[in-house]
Amino acid sequence: MDSPKKIFKNGIWKENPVIVQIIGICSSLAVTNYMMNSLIMGLGLTFVTGLSSFVVSLIRNYTPKHIRMMVQVLIIAAFVIIVDIFLQAYMPEMSKALGPYVGLIITNCIIMGRAEAYAQQNPPLPSLLDGIASGLGYTLILLMISFVRELLGFGTIFGIKVLGDWWTPWTIMVMPPAAFFILAIIIWARNAIEEKEKDKKGEVAKS
Amino acid sequence: MIDLNPMVIFFAAIFTNNMIFSNFLGMCSYIAVSKEIPTALGLGTAVTFVLACTTIINYLIYYYLLVPLHLEYLRFIVFIISIAAFVQLLEMIVERYLPNLYYALGIFLPLITVNCAILGVSLFMIIRRYNFLQSIGFSIGSGLGWTLAIVALAGIRQKIKNAPIPKGLQGAGISLIITGLMALAFIGFSGIVQIQ
Repeated sequence: MDSPKKIFKNGIWKENPVIVQIIGICSSLAVTNYMMNSLIMGLGLTFVTGLSSFVVSLIRNYTPKHIRMMVQVLIIAAFVIIVDIFLQAYMPEMSKALGPYVGLIITNCIIMGRAEAYAQQNPPLPSLLDGIASGLGYTLILLMISFVRELLGFGTIFGIKVLGDWWTPWTIMVMPPAAFFILAIIIWARNAIEEKEKDKKGEVAKS
Repeated sequence: MIDLNPMVIFFAAIFTNNMIFSNFLGMCSYIAVSKEIPTALGLGTAVTFVLACTTIINYLIYYYLLVPLHLEYLRFIVFIISIAAFVQLLEMIVERYLPNLYYALGIFLPLITVNCAILGVSLFMIIRRYNFLQSIGFSIGSGLGWTLAIVALAGIRQKIKNAPIPKGLQGAGISLIITGLMALAFIGFSGIVQIQ
């Protein structure tokens, strides 16, 4: 059994689903125009990933192998419906802003990926932590992208004005291409850091 | 929105409201399977086909089954099941008749199930209240637009195979930057038609 610390380190940094495995970006980039959207989306995904990994792991010994995908999808869809109904009831505006992207959590490859790669072989509790860790890794990247986009595009952070009237908003940050560029730069930075760490370790091993 | 011509929606879905460039849908397989043009074209065709068929199925299920029974909130589960069942069928057909394509696409055929574009189109169709013909125009247009994007990316990636790209940017990083540039170019189309 993996220690919680290792699980979280893997999910958030070493195997961050978005920037290392390049999965789950499908629905993620669209909600990064405002930080609030990103936060809610990230929390929703963390909730679904954690709990569906937990349930998949609970029933892993009773599910026949060839229909397991179907079972997983059903479990995920059930949790997504909970998130959707919750948002409609308590945050109707947020529900409207996120539009179809809440439903698209079902097809987010991160959840399926964790269910297949981790929850299928591991006991329920580590699976729950693993799902939450991956969800947090995803939320973190989303917040990073939306921070840049909202700050430069609207001059605000979480809807609070931080840049004064002198600031000329960058229209490109509001448009879709900006999300691609920022994600690419984050991936680049992450790879560069990893590379440096590897070099350091290599030198230590040599000497 | 109700009186929009289906053809207008069709072209809008390809150019101005492209699945990849303006809605970010179907990115996973878009990045992973865009190394060579033939494979990209194969996957694009499969996605377009699945998209058109599942959208029609989902439209019928939603308006003739779920709405009369007031079970709209079950749409996520019902849509994903009909998509999964359809993809399973397609997989069996491809495995039987087009083995080369089957080996090339490998694990990505089952992944069409979790291709966000497929479910996304069905959900957009509900949210935007398209009628039947508009839904067909929208689904085929979206599929073709997705194919256009993935084939274009595959073409560019083949060309830059030997280019000196910074190490950390190779693979996914450069693909995203290319996509960003293509998305910028596609914004040039936005004056033609506009749907929302």
